[in-house]
Formats: sequence, structure tokens, C-alpha cells
Amino acid sequence: MALKVINPGLSTTVQDLGRPGYFNLGIPIGGAMDRLAMRSANLLVGNDEGAAGLEAVFMGPELEFTSDALVAVTGAAMPIKVDGVEQQGWTSFNVTKGQRMTFDYLQSGARIYIAISGGIDVPVALGSRSTYPIGALGGFEGRPVAAGDELPVGVSSEGQVGLSVPEHLRRGPDVSGVELRVLPGLYWHRITEASQKNFFADEWKVAPEADRMGYRFRGGQTLEFVERKQPFGAGSDPSNIVDGCYPYGSIQVPGGTEPIVLHRDAVSGGGYFMLGTVISADMDLIGQLQPHMPTRFVEVTMDQALEARADRSRLLGRIRQAMN
Amino acid sequence: MKTRYSFGGDEHIFVEVDEEMSLEAFFKSLFITNAVRDSKIKGVTEICPANASFQVKFDPDVIKPEAMLAELKSLESAAEKASPVIDTRIIEIPVYYQDPWTHETLMRFRERHQDPDSTDIEYAARINGFDDVQGFIDAHSGAPWFVSMVGFVSGLPFLYQLAPRERQLEVPKYLRPRTDTPKLTVGYGGCFACIYSVRGAGGYQMFGITPMPIFDPEQKISYLRDFMVFFKPGDIVKWKPIDREAYDQAVADVEADRFEPVIKNVTFDLNAFNRDIDGYNAGLMETLHGA
Repeated sequence: MALKVINPGLSTTVQDLGRPGYFNLGIPIGGAMDRLAMRSANLLVGNDEGAAGLEAVFMGPELEFTSDALVAVTGAAMPIKVDGVEQQGWTSFNVTKGQRMTFDYLQSGARIYIAISGGIDVPVALGSRSTYPIGALGGFEGRPVAAGDELPVGVSSEGQVGLSVPEHLRRGPDVSGVELRVLPGLYWHRITEASQKNFFADEWKVAPEADRMGYRFRGGQTLEFVERKQPFGAGSDPSNIVDGCYPYGSIQVPGGTEPIVLHRDAVSGGGYFMLGTVISADMDLIGQLQPHMPTRFVEVTMDQALEARADRSRLLGRIRQAMN
Repeated sequence: MKTRYSFGGDEHIFVEVDEEMSLEAFFKSLFITNAVRDSKIKGVTEICPANASFQVKFDPDVIKPEAMLAELKSLESAAEKASPVIDTRIIEIPVYYQDPWTHETLMRFRERHQDPDSTDIEYAARINGFDDVQGFIDAHSGAPWFVSMVGFVSGLPFLYQLAPRERQLEVPKYLRPRTDTPKLTVGYGGCFACIYSVRGAGGYQMFGITPMPIFDPEQKISYLRDFMVFFKPGDIVKWKPIDREAYDQAVADVEADRFEPVIKNVTFDLNAFNRDIDGYNAGLMETLHGA
């Protein structure tokens, strides 16, 4: 069984839940930007939640099935068609041998997740099938899929047609704008009190430079730094530090102008100060943001971050329950 | 040195051992991260040492952030008492300085540079007080270097020169990062050298290129068959300047899979090094080139 790529879309990659354990070598965790959507898609077709599927950003691919398969598409709102017949998102459906799956224009969100019963069966690299194109690692030949590729599909497990994630359990961005919760820290003390206030008060917009490595934002006021003599080895710009590690979700602001939130394919370190970190519960949401989306950063405490994480975990629990 | 702890969201603890770079800060960070690895704390998923800091990623559903913080603090005091000695290896890395490929790239990004009228290495030589580029190359390839961090992308090493602070070379990064850097470029930013393991964006000044691959996701190159990443923190590197002919020969050797990097095992003792830096480095060179 294989999945033939007729048209890859803009950038479609094989992803699962990532490869932890190699960030100390500059190899990031990777995996689906929106983990909850990826897990949901797998649950819908009876896969293990960590099976590999396809992540497509802004544009869907065109795919041909070489045998019958159970399929589900979650994440961004993008009309799904099988041989021209519309299918429901967040719901499992059958595709028969020789049929083609296509997508219409994106309506909201940024990334869709396509799960196929059995999962995409590319070789496991460092414990994961996720594609890390910078390192030419994992996925299909270490790169986004291209026209003509035939993606191997694993042996299918038991799945059920018409299974659906109830609407109130689906998550995606509010079109009018989003809030990202941030725990201040790291080098927060490097900016002035006024800039600390402005960072949270200002409205930012997602910049066009937003990808799996990181999301850039612009539109807020330039941050002012607390004056100091730069430490030896840090570099001369006040936004420079002695090159250190970057947490996933950390917010660096090179030159104090445009915040960048590092995401699943993050660089593991570098020489820019960071003012805090987007909490784990809000990382999936970032993966669904389009350029120009109005965004506010909201300050939270560690307790609030852990509460939000527990909420997220309860949500996944309810989705799992709904699949039984 | 004053250790500073900070949470990076609900899944990371970031620990700055010192604001400024020094081998003392690097050793302390390396020892604490080794202790974290050895203590096998449940819930720890990533342990990342850096130049003068480190980071631990953990699962807060397994270990609460405050408990994780307490574990790290208790390991810090033990690491402080450890004597700064490590068993490591010294590697000779050939470098073709002022090669045509980094030259072509740096010329494409001149408007992002502090000094558009000179090359990166001419600029670096001048601001570090050298009369000519050769003097700078002699200093750069003279004393050996310490791999003080691996990261950014795909096994890229950051290197810190084994030299007293007054002889450290310092160069700013590009004003705006380039969108392209040739694979295996030998770069420089702040007080750190690096080798770009893969082609991609970068902000470090470009001085030359090495023919020796340091990252191989297919694990086909003989010395990368066991693991795809060559470097680890604590490795010692000596640059060996080579010309075009030697570069082409080495590239051909790599392609034929008969390139053998020169690697020797060595013990590095920071206190002995600090007592006599030049004498200690001479000893390292004897180890590298001895039988």
C-alpha cells in the first residue's frame, strides 16, 4: 500500500510526535506543530496517536491511493474532496483504490493533518519518522514530499468509518485574534520596566517569516534594554548573550524589534536574549496561525501554566473517550 | 561566577553559570549536566550543555518544576567540588582559509556587513590589531580550540580558543544574518569559532572551509557510521591551514571514503592549563602529532 503524491501543495511533510533526546546536538524534537490535531487524526483512523501522518501548511496536497484506506483530516479548516466529493474534517472516511484526495482553499487555521490507517511507514530516524529538512533527516528522504513520491503506508489496524471528534472538542484560532500565554523569565531582566509592560500591552501581528522553526511577530514597540557593559564573549549588541540554549517556545527579540517564538524545528541555541517562554499548552495554537493574525502575549505564572497544561491534558482525555 | 536559574515555560529550566564566557564556566556547566545525566532523574527528556550555561527539559507531569529546580541546585554544589579534568580527544581539522566558495557567498551579502569594502577575514584581522590576514590566520590556527557547545543546527560545534583572554580573537556577527552559508564553512562570532555542519542561514563571519564532513544523516562516512554527529562538548580542535591542492585531495578522499581524521586521546586539566597556557598547548600538540 502506498500513497502517491500528485501535487505536494506548498510544503507537506511526514510528521509524528517527534524525536526527543537529541536537542543537545542541535537536532530538534520536530513532529507535528499542532500535536492535538495530529493525535486526533490518528485516533480517528484507529492508529497509535504517535503514528506518522502528513502535515500540510496553507495548501493541501493532491494524493492518489493505491489501495483502500481509512483516512481522517484534522487541524485547519480546508474543504476535503475525494474524487470531487466533499468529505467532513475531523471525521474518518473511506477512500478506495485509485481515488484522489484534493483540498480547496484554506478557510481558517494554517496546518492540516492527514492520517491514514496504518500510518506513513517511512524509516525511523533517531526514534521518529518526523521530517527535519535542515538536517536532511527522517520523513521521506529527509525532505518535504514532492510530486511523484510514493509514500509507503503501514499495515492497517482496526478503524471505524464515520468516527468524529465532537465540535466542542476541536481547537483552532479565533479569526479575530489570539492570545499566547507567556511565562516571563530567562533574560527578562535585560529589558526596561516600560518595555516589559509594552510587550504585553501591545498588539502584535504574525509576520510572513513564520515556519516550523519559529514564528516571527511585528507591530509592537521596540524594546529598550537595561544599560550594561556587554559580558565577554556575548557580542556588542545589547540583545546579545554568550551563546546559550533556547527552550522550545522561548521568545527571542534580536535587536529588540521583532519577537521570534521558537517552535518544533527550533535551533537549539544561539546568541540572542530571550524574554520568556510561551507555555506548553499554547504551542499547538501557534502552529495554526496565519501571517497577519493579531496576537497578544499574556503574562501568566507557573501555576497558571501548569493549570493550562492540565486543561489541555483533560481535553485530550475527552477526545480519547469520544473515540471509544 | 554567580549561577542563575530560570524557568523556560513549564517544561525547561535554563541555568546561566556565568554571564561571560570562560573555561571555568564551561567546565562547571559540563559537570552539572554530566551529573544530571548520571542521576537519571525521572521526567528529564533533554540535557543540553552550552558555553557558559545549560538547559534541562523535563515533563512537568512527571516531576514538578520546583522539584526539578531543587534537584539541579543540589547537583550544582557537587559539581563545584569536582576537579576540572576531563578525558577527551584532540582532532586536527584541515581549513582552506579564504576559499572561493565562502568568498563568493560573502560578496553576495556585503550590504549586511559592518565593512562592505573588505572581506570578512580582512575585517577580522584589522579589528583584532593584525597587520595582515596571514598574521590573523597564524593566530587563529596557532593555539587549539575547545568545543564548548554543540547545537544551533545539526551537530554544529561552537569553539573557544585555548588562549589567555588578552589573546582571544573577537569579531561581531553580521549586522543582519545571511540567508546562505556554504556547508562546512569555518565561521566566527563574538569569541566563538564554529563549523557550519549544513548549508543554511548564518550570522558568523566566514574565514574558510573544511573538507571534513561533521554531520552525516545517512551515516555512510567511515568515522560517522556509529553516530551521525561528529563533535561533543569537550573535544579539542586544532586547525591545520591547507591550500587548494590539499583541499581538493581531501574532498576526493572523503568521496572515496578513505579520509581519516587525525584524532588522539588526551586528558585536559584546566588548572594545569591555567598555570602555563603556552606550555600546556605545546604538550597538546605533541600528543596530536606524536606517535
